[in-house]
Order: sequence, then C-alpha cells, then structure tokens
Amino acid sequence: MDVRKIANLAHLEITDDEVALYTPQMADIVKYVEQLNELDTDSVEPMLGGLTVEGASTDTMRMDEPRGSFTPEEALGEAPSGVAGHFQVPKVL
Amino acid sequence: MKEGWEAVIGMEIHAQLATATKIFCGCAVETGGEPNSNTCPVCLGLPGALPVLNENVIELGARAALALGLEVQGTSIFARKNYFYPDLPKGYQISQYDKPFSANGTLTIMTSERDASGHATEWKPMNIHIQRMHLEEDAGKNVHEGLPDVDKYSYVDLNRAGTPLGEIVTSPDFRTSWQAYDYVNHVRRALQWVGASDADMEKGNLRCEANVSVRKIGETDFNNKVELKNLNSVRFMQKAIEFEIERQIAAHEADEPVAQETRLWDEKNNQTRVMRSKEDAHDYRYFPEPDLQPLKVTPDFVENVKARMPELPDVMRDRFMETYQLSYSDASQLVGDRSFAEYYETVARISANPKLAANWILGEFTRELNSSGKTADESLTTAEDLAELVITVEAGKINNNQAKEVFAEMFATGKPAAKVIEEKGFEQISDTSAIERIVDDVIASSEANVAAYRGGNDKLFGFFVGQVMKASQGKANPKVVNDILRHRLVG
Repeated sequence: MDVRKIANLAHLEITDDEVALYTPQMADIVKYVEQLNELDTDSVEPMLGGLTVEGASTDTMRMDEPRGSFTPEEALGEAPSGVAGHFQVPKVL
Repeated sequence: MKEGWEAVIGMEIHAQLATATKIFCGCAVETGGEPNSNTCPVCLGLPGALPVLNENVIELGARAALALGLEVQGTSIFARKNYFYPDLPKGYQISQYDKPFSANGTLTIMTSERDASGHATEWKPMNIHIQRMHLEEDAGKNVHEGLPDVDKYSYVDLNRAGTPLGEIVTSPDFRTSWQAYDYVNHVRRALQWVGASDADMEKGNLRCEANVSVRKIGETDFNNKVELKNLNSVRFMQKAIEFEIERQIAAHEADEPVAQETRLWDEKNNQTRVMRSKEDAHDYRYFPEPDLQPLKVTPDFVENVKARMPELPDVMRDRFMETYQLSYSDASQLVGDRSFAEYYETVARISANPKLAANWILGEFTRELNSSGKTADESLTTAEDLAELVITVEAGKINNNQAKEVFAEMFATGKPAAKVIEEKGFEQISDTSAIERIVDDVIASSEANVAAYRGGNDKLFGFFVGQVMKASQGKANPKVVNDILRHRLVG
C-alpha cells in the first residue's frame, strides 16, 4: 500500500507518523472490500450508478437548449478570490 | 527523412462537437462572452450538482463517427479521469475509457509527399486505422496574461468547461509528416461536411497531438515516443513532426537517449521543446462515472443518422469524376467544402455542361470568393444564376471576356446574368435572319470588293466580316457572321 503515492495524487501532505498510521488502516479497508471478489459475477452485467427501478426509467438526457447561466458575479461568489471576472489561483504554468 | 530510418506517428484529435449547449448542462457554448458568464453549478463543479447528457452530443457524435468509418457502440460508459488543475473544477474530467462511444474504424485518405516547393508529387489512397472516438467534456481556460500580478497568480475562465468533445485516436499508422498532415485535413473536412464540428484549428475547436518515434527500417519494436502539443495549425503540426523526426534520428545515431516526454512546438524558433517529462506522468485512476447511466445507442438510431447524412466528400469526388468526366484534381478541389460542392453540382446540372461549369466554379467563382472572403452559400449570385451565364456563354451569345465582366458585376450586385448583359449591351445577335439582312446590305453596297473576292482575292473576307460587325455595332455573333458570309459570297 503506497500511501504516500496516493496522498500525492490527492494533493495531500502527510507526515511519516500518518503514513505509519494509515498504511495498516487502508490495507484493512481494501482487504475488507476484497471479500466481494469471492462472488462469481462472470454472468452478471455490471451495474453502474446504483439505479433504482424508478431511476432507471427516468429520462436521462436533455434537449440541446440553453438554460440560464450564472452571472460572473454569482459564479465567483463562493470563490476565495475573484478578480476581474476570473477565478484567481496560485500561479500555474 | 534520413536513408534507412522511418517514423512511426499516431494522431489524437480533439474536435468540439457543434452543439448549442454544453455536454452535461444547459449553459450556452459560445466564444467571446464575458469570462465565467456561461457557467452553472454543474460546470463549476459545485457540490451536489449532477450532470445530464445533452442528446445532441449523441447525434453529432454519431455523425462524426460514421464520417470517419467508426462503429458506434451499442453501450458506452462515461468514466472519471482524475487529475488536479485549476481549469478542471471537479478534480476530474468526465470522459470515456474502456468502453468508448465508437471504435474500430478504417478510413481511406488521399495522401502525397511534397516536393521542395511544397507541391504534392503523387496522390495515393492510404488506409488509416482509427482505434476509437470517445466523448468527453472540455476543461476551462487558464489565463496567464493581461491581469494583475501574473507573476504570482493565474486566472481561470470556465466558460469553455463542459464543452462537448470527440477525441479521435489513430493507431501509429503514419510514416511521414505529410501523411499526418493529409489525415488531419481529411478529418477536418469530414467533420465540417457532416455538421459534427466547425473544426476550425485557429478558433481552437479542433486540436491535435502527434505521438512521434523513429526506428531503423525493418525493426518491429517501437522506440520511446514523444508527444507533441501546442500545434495550432496543420502546417505547424507538420513542421513540428518533421523537426522531431530529424531530432530523434540524430539522437539515436549519436547514441544519445530519446526521452519519453511531452514537447511543445515553439513557432518563433521553429523547434520543439520539453514541456513535461515522463517522471510527472499522470496516474488518472479512471473509474466509471456513477452519476451517469451507460449510454445505449440502438442500431435503429445509427441507421436513422446514416440516412440523414449527406454524401461524403470522397464519394462525391469519385462520382464527379465518373459522372461529369472531371479530372482528379478538379473533382478534389470541387469537394473542398460542402456548400461549394453543392453549388457546383447545381450549376453543372442546370447548365448541362459540367466541364464548363467546373471551369467557371474553379476559375472566376473561386477568385471572387477568395477576394471577397465569402463562402459559396454566402454568394449573392445563386447557382441558378451562374448556370444561366454558363448557358449563355456556351450558346455563343457573349464572348469569354464579356462573360467575365458580366460575372464580376453579377457577383458584386446579385443581379441575374440576363439583366447585366442587357445593361452592358453585350447581347450578341445570333438571330440568323437579322444577320442575313446586314450581310445582304454589306454585299449590296460593296460591289467592287465582292467582284474582287469572287475573282480569287480571299484576303477580302476579313473586310466583309469587319463591315458586318461594324454595321451590327459589334453585337453580331462572329461564328454566324462567318457562316452566312461564306455562303452568300459564293454568289
């Protein structure tokens, strides 16, 4: 279990102590879930989205027609920093 | 390319599908609006917002797939591609992974190497295997210039986030930069032709990437490949591939390593440079998108789309060559874009003179379109009006120079041919009886010359033609004049 790699992919900084703590915990979780592999599902169609019967019969597409959008002020309203109509973020290349 | 080496090139094209709204929300797709003015909870990635698929994406995706010889799959599955970047607000892009929308295409393109001055040497068909075209959403745009403190900050405009894209991926089938060039042009025209995408590289709604490696001829393994990005035109792409082929061959020959990396085309310095090395290669951790159902497309739907598709350009080109006896070069130019090809066909049919129609379309009409910056369907002169002019020329009613002058006026004003000819007083007299009367008058008033001509002075024939033309104010059809004169002068 490469906890450091996973943390890195998730942009999380973790300490050596945390690595020592999480490694067995995450291994336990994976092992627990792996019990599902004991079932033979070769002849079962994979189900995606966890749909109920009602959900499965719900229309899941929309017509290609514009609906209202936010104003730039609304769009930026929840952002920590909005400048000149843009989201402002730390410099990226 | 250096003797003994070959290039191995695979292409990835992102084409923006020409919908009115985004792929998973009802925000309008448009350029030039205020930053972040076409956004909503879905495309901003706000918590709890759910994507709902735009049905027109399926229609346009199917058109694109069919135009490229791909098989539309009965079931495809959206997947999350996870990575962090400021222009991707959800932290993942909704794309497709192991079950793409369409797959397994064979596309026949026409391709040619170019000589030193850039002219095609010989056009030949080539089969390209297209592995897949999947559907996905575009990211937003990062802005690094023109705003405060750009040394410390970047800025994000999410108007583009959620724009529908088709990503078209080929096998590594190309061996030269020109094959890749001809392929991209083929795809671009095909997508425009069927209305699936505007496919304009300058506007960024067609973007391409090339994966390039080289190997000694006869080798079957692949060497490290370089991914080329920032290819803003088909020509830059071709140059970048060419540069990269030479760079890699030189490195291999000098026993220097060729790193597996992403390089950008630097158009100022005409070279590629490193953008990203393999060490920071992404691990996207794809998994099925739980917020969207598998996309089911029935064979009936595909048949229905197929039935509504226009004849494809290559089929049309071959038909033009066959039906209208046109050369490959003429027919290829005529199918350059759809409105132009359809315009030609209308002129050819109505005038019943496909060859003369092709000359006019590829000559004067093209010249006027180019200088006015218009497309065929924006022309004030309708195909019917141009056909009328072609018929008039063919009938010898006006000569070629007059016809060109007439057409320039038609194109500028939208007036029909007959009207312009009348205004300019170009209408030729081809009416035999009218010309006979003039000829008879001329013969009656030139007794001496008639006698001399009949006595063997053939050179005088020109004198009689001149007299008749003068009497008709230049409007008599010269061919009819000649025929009648020869007949009457015999005596």
